Amino acid sequence: MSENYNLSKLRTRLKKQIEQAVPEARIDYCLTCGLCASGCPASGIEDMDPRKFLRYLVLGQDDIILQTNWIYSCSLCQRCKYACPMGIDVGRLVYEVKGMRPVEDRPKNLQKSCDLQKAGNSTGIPNDDFVWVVGDILEEIHETEPEWSDLKAPMDKVGAKFYLNQNAKEPTVEPEEMVPLWKILHAVGIDWTYSSKWWDGANYCLFTGDPEDWELTTRLQAETVDDLGCTTYINTE
Amino acid sequence: MYATLEGLRRFDIPHKFEVVSIISLYAQWIREGRLKVDPAWNTEGLKFSVQDPCKLVRQSLGDPVADDLRFVIKSVVGEENFIDVWPNKSNNYCCGGGGGALQAGFVDNRRQHGKTKFDQLQDTGADVVITPCHNCHTQVKDICDHFGGKWQTTHLWGWIVKALQR
Repeated sequence: MSENYNLSKLRTRLKKQIEQAVPEARIDYCLTCGLCASGCPASGIEDMDPRKFLRYLVLGQDDIILQTNWIYSCSLCQRCKYACPMGIDVGRLVYEVKGMRPVEDRPKNLQKSCDLQKAGNSTGIPNDDFVWVVGDILEEIHETEPEWSDLKAPMDKVGAKFYLNQNAKEPTVEPEEMVPLWKILHAVGIDWTYSSKWWDGANYCLFTGDPEDWELTTRLQAETVDDLGCTTYINTE
Repeated sequence: MYATLEGLRRFDIPHKFEVVSIISLYAQWIREGRLKVDPAWNTEGLKFSVQDPCKLVRQSLGDPVADDLRFVIKSVVGEENFIDVWPNKSNNYCCGGGGGALQAGFVDNRRQHGKTKFDQLQDTGADVVITPCHNCHTQVKDICDHFGGKWQTTHLWGWIVKALQR
């Protein structure tokens, strides 16, 4: 830290703002021990690390915090929280800062993944395409693998016990990767279903920083599962 | 997993279902004898390692699901063919693909983040790295290609079917 920082006004507006939004922030508890930074694979990227991030907040270097693209290298993985003797969750603070970035200044593809998710799934493919791909792949298995001629991939089956989702990459990029899962579920003999309305297992709205978007996508997902009457939601990753 | 579990909790969203990981279910079904697997197919002694997805392990279900993950892999590929990473389970490193990093761009930063994971996996000498998360899958495959690794990056379910006894 060889630069000169302006400490004269103790500009800790951002710190106060975060402490208001996150009562468990515990920013002042930091012992500066560095366990967070030493175990963070994102340390050093954009000349930042979890400890520095926290010190900049304490020292009121709000401009640096608001400008750094390190917030997009921090994967909110919370290993820093796991290692911190004082239980400080730097990822939680980064999440708040992500939400402060004006939408137009955020990485476009990240924001787009969340915006598309709000409309159904993170890839933006029509839900009918998902239904079609599942049916098409299933038909192919029935034709080419006689020992799996009774394989099923139920869609919108009301009252099924298990609701299953898939990461959107499977139906769009590697649809054959759905088949092993169907085979396992078939071999075990459980009663499961996809939903044609909400089938994407990912949720990128967690990463853009807007809690209202995250809440909306989680709520829509929950409503879908409850409408089907499934008692168990299986996450596939 | 985390987005759903934590989302339901943080926003207090009413729901009538429980959220479970497919990994926990695989392990439960193998233990109950409902999912019959046999590692006998692995005659060449193909060596496997694993990535613990942060969102599933450290941030959601903790070490029990990481133990389940290892139990399933060992049941499917043979106990002697599994090589663990260090650190592991809840203390494992992030691969650098999650948190929106794969969508955000900043490719060089993402790979710099992934170098820790690359070194860790490279040290195992495994032929196959199982990644039960899509972000991890994409990232682990990319850093393997980028830094000159030789392992194969795969999902878990294909190996279960390979070992499946019906």
